[in-house]
Amino acid sequence: MIEIRGLAKRLGRRQVLQGLDLDVRAGETLVVLGPSGTGKSVLLKHIIGLMKPDAGSIRIDGEEIVGLSEEQLNPVRRRFGMLFQGAALLDSLTVGENVALAMQEHARGLDEAEVRRRVIERLEWVGLQAAAALKPASLSGGMRKRVGLARALAMDPEYVLYDEPTTGLDPITADVINQLIRGMQKQLHVTSVVVTHDIKSAYTVADRIVLLYQGRVMFDGTPEETRRTDDAMMRQFIEGSSQGPIQPV
Amino acid sequence: MASGVTPDDIALKGVRYASGRLGDSLAGVGRAATMMLEATQVSLRRPPSVRLIAQQMGAIGVDSLWLVIVVSLFTGAVAAVQAAYQLTSVVPLKYLSGVILRSVVIELGPVLTALVIGGRVGASMAAELGTMKVTEQIDALRAMGISPMRHLVAPRVLAAIIMLPVLTIYADAIAIFGGYVVAVVVVNVPSPIYLQGLREFFEMKDLLSGLVKAVFFGSIIGMMGCYHGFETEGGAEGVGRATTMAVVSSCVLILILDYILASVLFRIIFA
Repeated sequence: MIEIRGLAKRLGRRQVLQGLDLDVRAGETLVVLGPSGTGKSVLLKHIIGLMKPDAGSIRIDGEEIVGLSEEQLNPVRRRFGMLFQGAALLDSLTVGENVALAMQEHARGLDEAEVRRRVIERLEWVGLQAAAALKPASLSGGMRKRVGLARALAMDPEYVLYDEPTTGLDPITADVINQLIRGMQKQLHVTSVVVTHDIKSAYTVADRIVLLYQGRVMFDGTPEETRRTDDAMMRQFIEGSSQGPIQPV
Repeated sequence: MASGVTPDDIALKGVRYASGRLGDSLAGVGRAATMMLEATQVSLRRPPSVRLIAQQMGAIGVDSLWLVIVVSLFTGAVAAVQAAYQLTSVVPLKYLSGVILRSVVIELGPVLTALVIGGRVGASMAAELGTMKVTEQIDALRAMGISPMRHLVAPRVLAAIIMLPVLTIYADAIAIFGGYVVAVVVVNVPSPIYLQGLREFFEMKDLLSGLVKAVFFGSIIGMMGCYHGFETEGGAEGVGRATTMAVVSSCVLILILDYILASVLFRIIFA
């Protein structure tokens, strides 16, 4: 379980997060919706300790991670997998080496054959076992995200964070990614936080949906409640209207 | 004056600007040094992989060798032409090779190699790491619990520290050979005389001082390439800026450090 209390972060002149409170319950898939620039990615980066908050607390299964050093954060991070917006594959390595990287770093007891077996298994999960020897530069955007997902799952994480997993993909590829996220949850029982502004993706993968605006949670409900809500902000976001309480930036 | 701007105001502005720039530069050097300290601490706890260091040694050393060969061949040739011009009819010709030898080994070899490698390698390090930074690859490493200091910085700095003295030895030898060719073919110094001069004027401490310099220059190149790469912000423009800064700062620091090292080495240690 992830408990976030009073999280505040200023970037330059902009107060991105202003006292955000949010719980992510064990085993659920939480989708964080919100217009661009409301701090969704910033929130994810705080959960995994890539950014330090100005104020507030983040507890992972009761353990406070705010204030930990890089070295102290590493054991916490090992329990996480993260899919970055642009997949962030290391372009000097092949697809297979990208997936193997964390295993080689953390599980030194594994022999090479076992690492290779695990890499192939994870690439099979995302349907890319044939791409193991390719460099990321030769993959399409959708393929790169799938490799990113395979890499995020390399160390059997308890938590997976997705930063806009379907952004920039065609609707069919986006659905492939959505089904993968859904499938991973059913098979591996991970707790997931998905940051997106893709409503269709949110309905497909979410157990619970929250709306982030101006650095705070403005709506919290199941996909069904979200569909039927008369909350003005959530409605405006679902309908994709420029008229309403959410001011376009 | 009508505009109300006096020459004093302009001078004051100039001083403020210059002191501001100097302050920024010093702060940058300080932050880079802090980063090196962190990389050292992390690597002492668990050393970086030998494969990564070897990879960087290839990129810094082997891939730069052709450049070092061309640069030092002509450096030696120019040294021969210049020395011949200044020495002819003043001192015996065997001093020609002595002048070339000592200027190459003490100064030209290490410094020119460092400047050339600083340009080539510093730029490519800053561009590669800067691109990794803006495409979140460095964040991805951290998110996997892999220290970018150990995985990216330490192998680069270590490889630069190891390879710069090696390249400098090549540069010294090739420059002396370049000088030999010009001396024998153009200036008509008999080959045995040139070689005799080399033997007479060679001093181990000259060679060592050049190699000590090279070690320091290597650490500067690695440090500046990594630091500016990691500081990159804001897309392609940021990567361009980081690349320029890495080259400019390492060249300036190499020349400043060269003076400091020369003072320390020849006035204190080898005095």
